Amino acid sequence: MRSKTKYVPVPSKSILPERDAGRAPVLECIKLGITLGGIKAVEDFNLTVGRTEIVGLIGPNGAGKTTVFNLLTKVYQPTTGTILLNGQDTHGMDTRQVNKAGIARTFQNIRLFRNLSVIDNVKTAMNNEMNYNMVSAILRLPNYRREEVAAHRRALKLLSIFDMQSMADAPAGSLPYGAQRRLEIVRALATNPSLLLLDEPAAGMNPSETADLMDNIRKVHEMFQIAIILIEHDMSLVMNICEGICVLNFGHIIAKGTPDEIQNNPAVIEAYLGRKKEA
Amino acid sequence: MTFLNFFISGISLGSIYAIIALGYTMVYGISKMLNFAHGDVIMVGAYICFYAVVRYGLNPFLAVAVAMVLCSVLGIIVEGLAYKPLRQAPSLAVLITAIGMSYFLQNTALLLWSSNPKVFPSVVGRGAFHMFNGNLSVSHITALTIIVCLVIMVALSLFVSKTKMGKAMRACSEDKGAAQLMGINVNATISMTFAIGSGLAAIAGALLCSAYPTLMPTTGSLPGIKAFTAAVFGGIGSIPGAFLGGLMLGVIEIFAKAYISSQLSDAVVFGVLIVVLLVKPAGLLGKMTQEKV
Amino acid sequence: MTMRRLINLKRAEARRIYLTYAIVIAAYIICQVMSSTKFLSSSMRGMLVPICAYMVMAVSLNLVVGILGELSLGHAGFMSVGAFSGVATAILLQGFIPFAPVRLAIAMIVAAVFAAFAGFVIGIPVLRLKGDYLAIVTLAFGEIIKSILNNFYLGVDSQGLHFSMLSDTTRLLPGGKLIIRGPMGISGIQKIATFPAGFILLMIALMIVFNLVNSRSGRAFMAIRDDRIAAESIGLDITKYKMMAFVMSAALAGSAGALFAMNYSTIVANKFDFNTSILILVFVVLGGQGNMLGGIIAAAVLTILPEKLRSFSEYRMLLYAIVLIVMMLATNNAEIKEFLSRLNPFRHKEEA
Repeated sequence: MRSKTKYVPVPSKSILPERDAGRAPVLECIKLGITLGGIKAVEDFNLTVGRTEIVGLIGPNGAGKTTVFNLLTKVYQPTTGTILLNGQDTHGMDTRQVNKAGIARTFQNIRLFRNLSVIDNVKTAMNNEMNYNMVSAILRLPNYRREEVAAHRRALKLLSIFDMQSMADAPAGSLPYGAQRRLEIVRALATNPSLLLLDEPAAGMNPSETADLMDNIRKVHEMFQIAIILIEHDMSLVMNICEGICVLNFGHIIAKGTPDEIQNNPAVIEAYLGRKKEA
Repeated sequence: MTFLNFFISGISLGSIYAIIALGYTMVYGISKMLNFAHGDVIMVGAYICFYAVVRYGLNPFLAVAVAMVLCSVLGIIVEGLAYKPLRQAPSLAVLITAIGMSYFLQNTALLLWSSNPKVFPSVVGRGAFHMFNGNLSVSHITALTIIVCLVIMVALSLFVSKTKMGKAMRACSEDKGAAQLMGINVNATISMTFAIGSGLAAIAGALLCSAYPTLMPTTGSLPGIKAFTAAVFGGIGSIPGAFLGGLMLGVIEIFAKAYISSQLSDAVVFGVLIVVLLVKPAGLLGKMTQEKV
Repeated sequence: MTMRRLINLKRAEARRIYLTYAIVIAAYIICQVMSSTKFLSSSMRGMLVPICAYMVMAVSLNLVVGILGELSLGHAGFMSVGAFSGVATAILLQGFIPFAPVRLAIAMIVAAVFAAFAGFVIGIPVLRLKGDYLAIVTLAFGEIIKSILNNFYLGVDSQGLHFSMLSDTTRLLPGGKLIIRGPMGISGIQKIATFPAGFILLMIALMIVFNLVNSRSGRAFMAIRDDRIAAESIGLDITKYKMMAFVMSAALAGSAGALFAMNYSTIVANKFDFNTSILILVFVVLGGQGNMLGGIIAAAVLTILPEKLRSFSEYRMLLYAIVLIVMMLATNNAEIKEFLSRLNPFRHKEEA
C-alpha cells in the first residue's frame, strides 16, 4: 500500500496554544528522519511543541510513532534533521544527556525496575539531584541522611499525586498493571522534565481506568506546567485531552492540527480506514 | 620455511579448536547456554578411542566412530538430565549446572580411568609428508586434522541449510515458541543438536590426543575454554564464525608461542580476543541484536 | 527513630541486614571460644582465615553478580592481584613496622588499591560489553592476570625495587632479595593473617556493600540490572555506575586475596585460576544472587564440606558436582520445586 499513499509535505502549521504565545517552544523538530535497516522509518518529521502544550501523536500500527520517541530520547540517533530542546541542539547527546536536558518518557512495554520497591523506583530517578558520594553513603555521613530524607519525602509526595503512597514499599513488579503504568509516569516526573513523553499510557486499560488516567494526565499537566506528547490508540482519550494532534503514517506526518481538524481530515480517515477500492 | 611450518601447525591446532567451537556454537545458538561440559566430552571421547584401540584392538577409524556414537548418546543424556529441566531457569543457573556437569564428567573419568596420563596412539601413526627437500614437513595427523575440519565444516553447512532437521535447528534458535507452533519437535531438535555437538567433540578428542598424545581427565578443559573463546571470537551462534574463530585462534596461539613467548601465549590469545570484542562486540561474524524499545 | 522509617531501609530488609551482622558476629564469637578451648581441630582452625577470605570474595562478587547483574568469570584474578601486591608490601614493610597487625592492615589496603586499579583498567573495555560477552572477557582477563603473574619477577635491594618479565633479569645487588619469583610465586611468607583480621575484613565488606546498596549508587546498580534502557532514560550514567560496582568489588577481592595469601607460607599465581573464580561464583549462586548472608553461608559450607569429606576423598569432588547439579535443579525447576514442597509437611495449604 505504501506506493499508493503519495506523500505530500504538510506545511509546518503551528498549533501552539494561546497561553504559550510569546514563550519559546520546549521542542522543535526540524526535518527529523532515520533510516533503519534500509527503510526510512521516519522522514521529514517537523513538530513544534509549546511550553505547556499537550500533543497527541497518532497513526496506525507501524507508522513510526515510537520511533519518534526513540529519536527524541536518542535511543536511536537520527540520520537527518535537528532536535531543539528548550532552544538547545541535542545533536551528539545520548539518552542520559537528553534526560538531563529535560525529556522524560514512559515505555510501550512497561520498563520498571521490577525488583526495586515502588519508592526506590522513584528515588532512582532523582539520582541526578543528589550530590552525596560513595564515601558519604558507606559511612552514613550527615549529607547522606539529609539528602536521602529529602528525596524520600519528595518521592512520597510524587507518589501521592497518583494515590500510590500506600504501595511505596511493595516491589514494583508485584503491582497490578494499571499501577505499574502510573508508576512509570511518576518515575519519569521525578527527573523534573520539561517535556514528558507517554507511550500508549492507556494500553490494556478498561474504560474506567482510562478515564482515571485522563484525569491524572490533566492533573500532572496542571501541577507541573510541562509539555506532554502522548502516543495513544484510544481516540476518546486523545481527542479529549490533546490540544494539538499530529498524525503519522508510513513515517510521514500526514496531518497536523486541532482535534476537530484531525477528525474531519480525509487523509487521516483514509490512513485509518483505508481507501475505497476503485472499481 | 619456519614461518610456513608454524602457520601450518597453527591451522592444524585451529582446526581442532574449530571442531570443538562448532559444538559450542551450535548448542549456544539453540539453547543460549554456555555448555561448559563440552570440553569434557572431548576428554571422554578420547578415552573411549584410547580403550577401543589399546584394549580391544579396534581399527582407529572404527574406534573414532564408536566414540562418536557413545559421545552423542552422552550428549543427549546430559542435556536431558541436567539442562532440559532448566529451560525456563535463569541463565546463571544453567551455567552453574553446566559447570557442575563438567566437574562430574572429570571426576567420573578420574575414578574410572585414574589420573595417570595415558599415551594416546595417533590415529594415523607418527609419519610426516616432506616437501621442499625436507624443509617443510607436515605430519600425517596435521594434514588429517585440517582435512577432517574442512569436511566437517562443509557437511555441517549443508546439513544446516539443506536438511529438514537443519532447518528445524535454525528455526529453534530463532524462536522456540514459534518453531513449536510450526510443528517442529523442539525437544528432539535440541537433543539432536547436543548429539551432533558431542559427536564432533569425540572427533576433536581423537585428533587432539593424536597431536598432543597425553590423555588425562583434565585434558579437555583448557582446549574447551580456548574453543569457547574461539566461538565467541568468531561470533557465538554462527557456524562459519566458529570455523574462522577456531582457525585464527590456533594460528595466533602458535605464532605467539613461536615469536613472543611460550609462557605468555595464553595471555596473547585472550588479549586478542578482548581487542576483537572491543572492535566488534558480537565477534567477527556475529550479528548485533538491538533490544527493542 | 523516624530516621529509619524515613530512610529506604524497609523493615524486612533492615531486619535481614541486622540479622546478617548478628549471625556473623555470633559465629565469630563461637569460633573464637571453641578455638581457645581446643574444641576446634587444628585443621579446622587452619581453615578459619581462608573461610573468611572466601566469604569476603562471595560478598564482593555478589556486588557484581547479584546487585549489578553482570556475570564475572574472572574474580580470582583480582584476588591474585591483591594477594601478590599485599604480600609484597608486607615483606617490604617487615623491617619498618614490627607490629604485625598494622603491617597486615597496610598490606590489605595496598592490595585493595592495586586490585581496584586492575578492576578499573579491566573495566574500561569490559563494561562496554553485555551478558555472555562480558562474561567471556572477564574470564579472559582472569587468565591474562594469571599468565602475567606467573612470569613476573620482583626484587628489592639497596637501590630500590626491580622487576622483570619472563625471566629473572632484576640483577639485584648483593644483599638484595627476590620477592616474586615468576611461576614459583612468593615463598617464605610470614603468616600474619589472623582470624580476627578476617572477621574485621568481612564486617567492613558487609558494611560497604549494605550501605552502598541502600544509597543512590546501589539503587542505580539495581536499576541497571533490572532494566538498562529505562535506567538510561532517567538519566543514569550506566558506565559510571557499572565501573563503580566493578572497582569496589575488585578492591574487596584484593583485600581478601592479601588476607588469604598471608595465611600460607607460599603462594603461586596458579592458585587463583578459573576454577577458583567458578568456586566463588558457585558461592554466590547457591547462596542466592544478591543475598549476602546466603553467599557467606555457602562459602563456609563449601569450604568445610570437602575437608570433612576427605575420608572418602576419591568421591568427594564427584559428590560436590552432584550436589551442585541437584541444588540447581531443585531451586530452579518448577516441577521439582513443586514436588519438594509437596514433601514438606509444614507447607501452607493454599489451595482450597
